[in-house]
Amino acid sequence: MTEIAFAFRCVLSSVLIGTTLAAAGEIPMSERRSGYDMMSADTKAMQDDDTANPASLWVLEGETLWSTKTTNNKSCADCHGDTAQSMKGIAARYPAFDTKLNKPIDLGQRINLCRAEHQNATPFAPESRELLALTAFVARQSRGSPIVQDDPKMQPAIAAGRALFEQRLGQLNLSCAQCHDDNWGKQLAGSTIPQAHPTGYPIYRLEWQSLGSLQRRLRNCLFGQRTELYAFDAPEMIALEAFLMWRARGMPMDAPGVRP
Amino acid sequence: MAAALCTIGGARAGADELRPYTVVGDAIPAPLTGAPGDPERGRAIVGNRQVGLCLLCHTGPFREEHFQGNLAPDLTGAGARASAGQLRLRIVDASRLNPDTIMPPYYRVDGLERVAANFRGKSILSAEQIEDVIAFLVTLKD
Ligand code: HEC
Ligand code: HEC
Ligand code: HEC
Repeated sequence: MTEIAFAFRCVLSSVLIGTTLAAAGEIPMSERRSGYDMMSADTKAMQDDDTANPASLWVLEGETLWSTKTTNNKSCADCHGDTAQSMKGIAARYPAFDTKLNKPIDLGQRINLCRAEHQNATPFAPESRELLALTAFVARQSRGSPIVQDDPKMQPAIAAGRALFEQRLGQLNLSCAQCHDDNWGKQLAGSTIPQAHPTGYPIYRLEWQSLGSLQRRLRNCLFGQRTELYAFDAPEMIALEAFLMWRARGMPMDAPGVRP
Repeated sequence: MAAALCTIGGARAGADELRPYTVVGDAIPAPLTGAPGDPERGRAIVGNRQVGLCLLCHTGPFREEHFQGNLAPDLTGAGARASAGQLRLRIVDASRLNPDTIMPPYYRVDGLERVAANFRGKSILSAEQIEDVIAFLVTLKD
């Protein structure tokens, strides 16, 4: 979305830029590390102990919502039964392609579809406490499950997400890859740059003092680049989520995570 | 570095106008403003994480700033390693020195994608702020 072309652009330097674009260095599979791996011992301990992990509050609330009947007298539990069985590994393979909608959707959107279609209820707003609670409860059942992103129908979204990840964006003209592929492990002021693997979502972020979705986390980075934000659930957001999950394929889920 | 002599102007109706400048080799020898920059103000800009953003990536002689980045060289001695003109081009548009740089272009509004509405058409720093930053950097002799 480059604005109007500029009058006196230096031809020589644009040629120079055009010919030396280096491909972002992808992280070899063997060197991938989750945000959890890179956290301090204290933060890891907080995540590992359910009584210390602040996200547990949302998980408990999600468990309550799971068995709450709506106006059509249906609860999630009525159809899905025991979550430990029915929801195991589910969060690890979202976003997924929805054949009815003919597009990829993420876990929050999937839960809202059930609310609308199967419970006759109004979908929860993105980032609402209820949606985060249900997502956290469902994602909790995927602890330890390897991330899977192998549906051929997801390929276009993964490719679009990759293109976005590698594109310089915003007033600061930075790509996600420049930080997360090329400079992970280094310090951006007080923060260690992680590899951006979405293993722990939704996360309790200490800086937010709240639970938040992967989309919220991505918006934080886009905001930092001074990029015009995409709306929640915009195709670009789902594409980025899909690419990040594909990039983290095989890594174990640790949701709901705690992150700095 | 190709020794280019070229001028860019960021003029666009309705947007903050960028002043034209001339690149000579690896430098912009002439100041962007008539009045000289102020090193005190420059130091404050460099040290401010919302304004200059420099210490997100760089370390520098700022003992009061506890969180500094390590993505870029220490700014200590920057004024000994480069002339004011070289520093000016580096700040104005570092991509002319290194197309792959992560250092943001501080005085450029073209060739950027999806800039947030509140920053659109605006350079990261104004011409005056850039001269303040240069005035500070040239004092970093050792
Ligand atoms: C200037 C560097 C920089 C850029 C550019 C950047 N990020 Fe980040 N990102 C960070 C830092 C630093 C953190 C960790 C923040 C913290 O720990 O407080 C982070 C965190 C993340 C996380 C959370 C990882 C986890 O372990 O939970 C994801 C996912 C992420 N970024 C994705 C992206 C995407 C997608 C983009 C591009 C739209 C992007 N980032 C652009 C620096 C960057
Ligand atoms: C009336 C039955 C019914 C209710 C109530 C219901 N669901 Fe579903 N759910 C389904 C069916 C059927 C599917 C399979 C997709 C489809 O056909 O819509 C599904 C799919 C899902 C999936 C995706 C599973 C996968 O394999 O990808 C999730 C996650 C889910 N539901 C969560 C929930 C949650 C959370 C609630 C409560 C807010 C809920 N569902 C309420 C019937 C229900
Ligand atoms: C996003 C990271 C980033 C930010 C923000 C940033 N720089 Fe840089 N800067 C770099 C990198 C990386 C280099 C190394 C050369 C290169 O890769 O272009 C550099 C190089 C420099 C150099 C030359 C270093 C030397 O002595 O060889 C100077 C001077 C400099 N930057 C000043 C600044 C100032 C002043 C600011 C703030 C107004 C700033 N930078 C903001 C990343 C950054």
